[in-house]
Amino acid sequence: MNTQEIFEVLKEKFGDTILEVTGEAPSDLSINVVTEKIADVCLFLRDTEIMNFDYLSCLSGMDYKDSLGVVYHLYSTINHQTVVLKVKTNRENPSVPTVERIWKTANWHEREAYDMYGIQFAGHPNMIRILTCYDWEGWPLRKDYKTPEAYHGIKVPY
Amino acid sequence: MGLLDRLDNPFEGGGIILGKVEDLLNWGRSKSDWYLHFGLACCAIEFMAANASHFDFMRFGTIPRPSPRQADFIIVSGTVTMKMAERVIRLYEQMAEPKYVLSMGSCANSGGPYWEHGYHVLKGVDRIIPVDVYIPGCPPRPEAFFEGMVKLQKKINEQQIFNKRKRLEEEDKKLSA
Ligand code: SF4
Repeated sequence: MNTQEIFEVLKEKFGDTILEVTGEAPSDLSINVVTEKIADVCLFLRDTEIMNFDYLSCLSGMDYKDSLGVVYHLYSTINHQTVVLKVKTNRENPSVPTVERIWKTANWHEREAYDMYGIQFAGHPNMIRILTCYDWEGWPLRKDYKTPEAYHGIKVPY
Repeated sequence: MGLLDRLDNPFEGGGIILGKVEDLLNWGRSKSDWYLHFGLACCAIEFMAANASHFDFMRFGTIPRPSPRQADFIIVSGTVTMKMAERVIRLYEQMAEPKYVLSMGSCANSGGPYWEHGYHVLKGVDRIIPVDVYIPGCPPRPEAFFEGMVKLQKKINEQQIFNKRKRLEEEDKKLSA
């Protein structure tokens, strides 16, 4: 199944919550999904016989300048196929439903996305920073991030 | 160093060596340094190579210690992140005097490749603890690392250990005068 076919199936099942296919064929295609529905779509992709996306290869945060986003790379170890899902969320109060209950590996990936972009994953059991210090201020991978002058009295810039 | 040379060419009288107690103590100290290895990044891999049989770091008389309380010097090898910086201070403070610091690699010396954009990297471990020997390189080869070790031994050998307080007081007096 290629991305276009998966898109058709999803469109039939979820209707308007599946937005569009973007990117260039054949390899860079991704399916845009309405943020609130991402967990349902993921569960469907994992548990449906023809899809069998049993492995979340990567979950990454994104900064599109006017908004933030999350990208899901899924892989099926049974059908040997991949698919990419994308959702967007606002800058001021970014929140995306968690997929931690669907793939356990999402736990740390989502914590990383939270650590670097400040995206809250609603329903995540342990939404704390994973890489930087627990009391770090700001979201380092956002495009408007400024390196702090000092951390606990230690000068940061060179 | 003096003492060993004198063993090769001892004074007459059946192997009696004349020397300073300080030299003897320093000789012992410099030839049996126990170290706390604080490996933080890729430099630690190079240090493992230096420690393995090809290069054999232990021929310097060093023994790795897992606890800072038993160590004479600490090897900071790798990228010191802000998160780790506070742990480095803590470990250093737990070591007993006299203690030395070997900073291995560009990262520990000055921030290395992260000097400009590394918001999370401490730009040189000497910002938080006093460093005795800097070993440049990214990563330094074991040969470079050993040169650093030889420098450290030299430094230990040249140190005066008696009347430390008196000497410091005199220095203070000179500075304030
Ligand atoms: S100096 Fe180079 S090799 Fe050493 S820790 Fe830094 S980046 Fe890695």
